[in-house]
Amino acid sequence: MKRILVGIKRVVDYNVRIRVKPDNTGVVTDGVKLSINPFDEIALEEALRLKERGAADEVVVVSIGPADVQAQLRTALAMGADRALLVATDAPVEPLDAAKLLLKLVEREQPFLVLLGKQAIDDDNNQTGQMLAALWDRPQATFASKVEIAGDALRVTREVDAGLETVEVDLPAVVTTDLRLNEPRYVKLPEIIKAKKKPLETLDPAALGVAPRERVKALRYEAPAVRSRGVRVKDVAELVAQLESRGLI
Amino acid sequence: MNKVLLIAEHDGRHLNPATAKTVSCAAALGDVEITIAVFGRDLAAVGAEAAALAGATRVQLFDDAGFAPPLAAVLAPAIAAQAPQYTHVFAPSTTFGKDLLPRVAALLDVPAVSDIMAVESPRRFRRPIYAGNAILTVEVADAPMVVGTVRTASFDAAPATGSAAVEAMGVSAPAVAHSRVVSQAEAQQGRPDLQTARRVVSGGRALGSAEKFQLVQQLADVLGAAVGASRAAVDAGFASSDLQVGQTGKIIAPELYIALGFSGASQHLTGIKDARTIVAINKDGEAPIFESADIGLVGDIFELVPQLQAALQSRASR
Ligand SMILES: Cc1cc2nc3c(=O)[nH]c(=O)nc-3n(C[C@H](O)[C@H](O)[C@H](O)COP(=O)(O)OP(=O)(O)OC[C@H]3O[C@@H](n4cnc5c(N)ncnc54)[C@H](O)[C@@H]3O)c2cc1C
Repeated sequence: MKRILVGIKRVVDYNVRIRVKPDNTGVVTDGVKLSINPFDEIALEEALRLKERGAADEVVVVSIGPADVQAQLRTALAMGADRALLVATDAPVEPLDAAKLLLKLVEREQPFLVLLGKQAIDDDNNQTGQMLAALWDRPQATFASKVEIAGDALRVTREVDAGLETVEVDLPAVVTTDLRLNEPRYVKLPEIIKAKKKPLETLDPAALGVAPRERVKALRYEAPAVRSRGVRVKDVAELVAQLESRGLI
Repeated sequence: MNKVLLIAEHDGRHLNPATAKTVSCAAALGDVEITIAVFGRDLAAVGAEAAALAGATRVQLFDDAGFAPPLAAVLAPAIAAQAPQYTHVFAPSTTFGKDLLPRVAALLDVPAVSDIMAVESPRRFRRPIYAGNAILTVEVADAPMVVGTVRTASFDAAPATGSAAVEAMGVSAPAVAHSRVVSQAEAQQGRPDLQTARRVVSGGRALGSAEKFQLVQQLADVLGAAVGASRAAVDAGFASSDLQVGQTGKIIAPELYIALGFSGASQHLTGIKDARTIVAINKDGEAPIFESADIGLVGDIFELVPQLQAALQSRASR
């Protein structure tokens, strides 16, 4: 069975205006729209396309989070994933422990490819894929904007600071997705109904032999500094005068 | 005493300016010894640039063909082997550093701190989360050492006034057969680099096409500025991906940022928070970009930008 494992993290939807709690203990998440991390949606879309092209037989999605992350996993199943795994925990899980849990699932599921988002838009850590690849002792191809199967290897175009880089990695491997890899499909209503019958297995982190712990303490959340109010100019002449008076030209 | 192993970024010829900024972050730890590790091939020139960075205690050259071009899977075990002698391992939060350091951290079984924007104490840092909509203070509590990437836009470059000793390490690259670089990105020639430019002119979706995006380039040429873009402009093919500024693109801190036809999404704004002066031109006076602009001008970019260009040119020839 040629299997792809895809990570799905639930995050505050990217359209939500983030507010820091008045007591500085976190950001407001009550009553706020929660969605699949956009990069993970891209990872799932890529896995589905690889399956549709015949490069994979099965797409398994996995999430680590509270029991109600089931909702996002059902969405992933409706998009086309074959089955879902939920590692249920209410405690926040740091990237290192997420990677350790994913490694356990990799050992169980034996995927030839693990596709993860390059970062989650809540913590913006950009770590889990690289950590999993290290623990698994397999290649990593991060920030992917194009993925092609080349025999037993994968040819990946990466978005790096200087432009585009192409790497070839032997399989199995970990790939993390960038925004321009693809545009995820929309879920159709009949698929949502069908997805209710797809298998979703709940797992306990302890049973997987990993006890997530807090290594990095979150001490205080603050709103970012706001820029002081700017000026409006009425035309280009005024703009040039402003730039001149500030010594910018 | 804090002992920092700082991983230099370079292109084989020159040190990337991100390294000098990372040195400033390391120096902010106080009571510190900074070892700059340079991995690659034929490192004399790059090593000399690293040795000149004020604050560096020593430079170590890891010269082996296996380290060039750099692959995280090759560098990470070599760095992890050195790390136990240090209290901190730092790299810039560029695509190079982000790719590499989490792999190092996992090999050491320690967490990593991404995008350090301020040092509160040797184990306490501030970092942006939620696309910069919140700032989190973290403490590395339960780990033998700190591994972190540095948000370089938050730090000034260490000046090139130092003269650290350079040591050749004679360490060979771990044999890794499973990963190969097929082709490397070619840095764009002839235009200032987006990450270090003092001035940046940037174009949003409003530009409408790759052809019309030249408006941005022309204004940039007049100002000797680098060119940037929004995700929307890159996705639409108006500009190349290395020009994207924001949460998932580049984080920059120019003296002058001119935003042409941007709505002002927070995912974009987080990339320009540290710009000294932001100028916005947008035809919609209600666009959120104006809340973040130091100088705002309401109007059509296709009328105003040629006017601005002409005004700047005539001023230059005065
Ligand atoms: C996970 C994720 C990550 C993201 N990362 C980034 C990132 O790193 N960087 C980034 O930029 N975005 C990012 N985005 C996208 C971001 O949310 C916005 O969609 C994007 O920044 C909008 O780009 P824009 O301002 O160019 O376009 P729009 O939002 O479409 O704004 C265009 C503006 O141009 C104005 N306009 C139109 N015509 C004219 C004219 N002729 N003259 C003057 N003004 C005109 C309009 O009034 C409008 O305000 C990300 C999104 C997600 C979900």
